[in-house]
Amino acid sequence: MSLARRIIPCLDTDGEWVVKGVQFQGLRRQGDPAAFAARYNAEGPDEVVVLDIAASRDRRPTFIETIRRVAESLSIPLTAGGGIGTIEEARAVVRAGADKLTINTAAVKRPELLTELASEFGSQAVVLAIDARQGESGWRVWVRGGHESTGLDAVSWAVEGASRGAGEILLTSIDRDGTLSGFDVELTAAVSRAVGVPVIASGGAETPEHFLAVFQQGLADAALAASIFHENRVPIAALKRFLASRGVPVRLEAEPGAC
Amino acid sequence: MILTLVDYGAGNLPSVERALRRLGAETKRATGGAALAGADAIVLPGVGHFHALARALAQDGLGRMLRAEVDRGVPLLGICLGLQAFYERSEESPDELGLGWLPGVVKPLPTGVKLPHMGWNQLRRRGPSALLAGIPEDAWFYFAHGYAALETGEEVVAVCEHGVDFVAVIERGPLYGVQFHPEKSGLAGAAILRNFLELAR
Repeated sequence: MSLARRIIPCLDTDGEWVVKGVQFQGLRRQGDPAAFAARYNAEGPDEVVVLDIAASRDRRPTFIETIRRVAESLSIPLTAGGGIGTIEEARAVVRAGADKLTINTAAVKRPELLTELASEFGSQAVVLAIDARQGESGWRVWVRGGHESTGLDAVSWAVEGASRGAGEILLTSIDRDGTLSGFDVELTAAVSRAVGVPVIASGGAETPEHFLAVFQQGLADAALAASIFHENRVPIAALKRFLASRGVPVRLEAEPGAC
Repeated sequence: MILTLVDYGAGNLPSVERALRRLGAETKRATGGAALAGADAIVLPGVGHFHALARALAQDGLGRMLRAEVDRGVPLLGICLGLQAFYERSEESPDELGLGWLPGVVKPLPTGVKLPHMGWNQLRRRGPSALLAGIPEDAWFYFAHGYAALETGEEVVAVCEHGVDFVAVIERGPLYGVQFHPEKSGLAGAAILRNFLELAR
């Protein structure tokens, strides 16, 4: 009996459609988020993340409706984020059916927001999303979808975020994102060792071995990927069986009807 | 039969409602104590900080009406914070009172493990359970909490472990409580809710 390592498909959207981009650039449409969610509800991931990577203010109501439709299709936890900057925006996301919120740029601008959100929704609902890129020494935090450097040290920012109320860290390696060269195991391990909250590794996964490495050497509590799951290049059930066979505790749900 | 969901602003109420409706249950939301009168069965959802629920219980006769309904034998399912409210108090908010149906104080989970306890975990059964009937022993449930009851009374029918053994499922008379989120626990969670619907019928 132990806490399972989690596998999380991520629906990157433009607010309305699932889109695909490499290293945060060049978006193209992949499908309806609610249809993906319905598929994933049956395929056995441990939660689903839906992000508005465009995060344009005008399209906010569209994204809220997308969250509602995705939540409707799921009987597992849902995390939503992208452009959340105030308690009111967070409340709309929670009301639409998200169990957790990711906060990124707004938390860098005003770290107190993490504390305010934790006191309103509980730490378990507040996920600090950190986009990190290798710097000259260590890793630096980048914001605005990876376009703007902050100079913050990623590990220190994770520690500060957790102490301010974030209950989880969603850690994306910008260097690896979309490259299919594997998670940044060193970055993940550095953050996971430094914080007392769970860490979700993201960016660069292509093979089951990449997941094994980020759980075993990267000390990740969860691992997230997008297109390899959307395109079924790594089927989630098969990935979990592989991880289980290598001694990683994962949740394998019985077939429907077995309960 | 109509299931009454206590609506005090808990973040997971819509999910609980959706999960119950998926099972064909008829539900209504009750804001304030008066709306609980004559309920067939009640669900007390909850997630987040103990003070949110403790404050709600002290307002609008909510705590008083919950007591009256439970005294009348109406089945009540507490989820996560909803279960924690069955105890006397919580160290998360030491100045506020729980419902005091179960002896003990809700405590923080120990440091040395990642907190909050977030994700899927398994249970260890300690006795016969109506909520867990027909559910495989190794089923997984979704947890998201940093505090838990560590009591060991006979009402505890299943425990979970994260740094320490803690109360995962209680059953005593009309009281049913789960520390995990059945509304987010896939098929196993749906089976818990279905069992509650059956026993409430």
